[in-house]
Amino acid sequence: MSDIEDRVRKKVVEHLGVEEDKVTENASFIDDLGADSLDTVELVMAFEEEFGIEIPDDAAESIQTFGDAVSFIKANS
Amino acid sequence: MFDLTGKCALVTGASGGIGADIARALHAQGATVGLSGTREEPLNALAAELGERAHVLPCNLSDADAVNALPKQAAEAMGSVDILINNAGITRDNLFMRMSEDEWADVINVNLTSAFRLSKGVLRGMMKARWGRIVNISSIVGATGNPGQGNYAASKAGMVGMAKSLAYEVASRNITVNTVAPGFIATPMTDKLTDDQKDKINGQIPAGRMGTPGEIAAACVYLASDEAAYVTGATIHVNGGMAML
Repeated sequence: MSDIEDRVRKKVVEHLGVEEDKVTENASFIDDLGADSLDTVELVMAFEEEFGIEIPDDAAESIQTFGDAVSFIKANS
Repeated sequence: MFDLTGKCALVTGASGGIGADIARALHAQGATVGLSGTREEPLNALAAELGERAHVLPCNLSDADAVNALPKQAAEAMGSVDILINNAGITRDNLFMRMSEDEWADVINVNLTSAFRLSKGVLRGMMKARWGRIVNISSIVGATGNPGQGNYAASKAGMVGMAKSLAYEVASRNITVNTVAPGFIATPMTDKLTDDQKDKINGQIPAGRMGTPGEIAAACVYLASDEAAYVTGATIHVNGGMAML
């Protein structure tokens, strides 16, 4: 497991209050982890801060799952 | 009651009569205030009058880049933006049939679009803080309409719909979004009216007089306070009974 994955998972657990083992590659923030649309906005904000990157609105919309987030951050940090 | 100590408030149109009194009132309750407006001189004068906890943040609200930069500038100057008062507004009155595209667009842009941009800009900090207050200063004409003010009335009604929609979205984060709708308020502009004109206006107001900027400011202080935490998506009409909505 990569460091980036770990850090992203930590943020997800922290923000959505879910068990760590629920945060799997294909876990959808909204459908599987109980996030509402505002939670996903906040998650993206948290990722931006954690990794010191800017995630534009259109990219943010495409980040639906834990895997999406990890691959976006890997490609952009 | 209504203690705003430790809160930081950004007030647009603080160079005008109503905006200046809103800033004064928030400041008097302990808030740090960011005074925004196009004319720097009155802003500096107001900041000097208030003394500590006042920052001058000039901004031309018809300039999109300047507007988008303002929330960040305000947060840097004050530490955060906990309270946003979208007060700035312009008029370009004309009969509907004579109204130009520019007259329409200018008013919508400054009154409504800048409120959208500023609200969006301050939300990130408010979401993180799990606390925020946005107050839009609308107008009685947004609810009643007014001949010659199709553009202005549309912008002011637009602020109400925008506030309600945003209020829905962020209520769970302890951020409230409300509107204050002033009626006739005595300002340097209305001071220029003749006694005859004033009598006519006052005749339409059950209270028999124009309101004061301080009476608008008082509504803002309430909505900005912790005590108003359960009030969101609301419009407070401050109009002496001129329209009971």
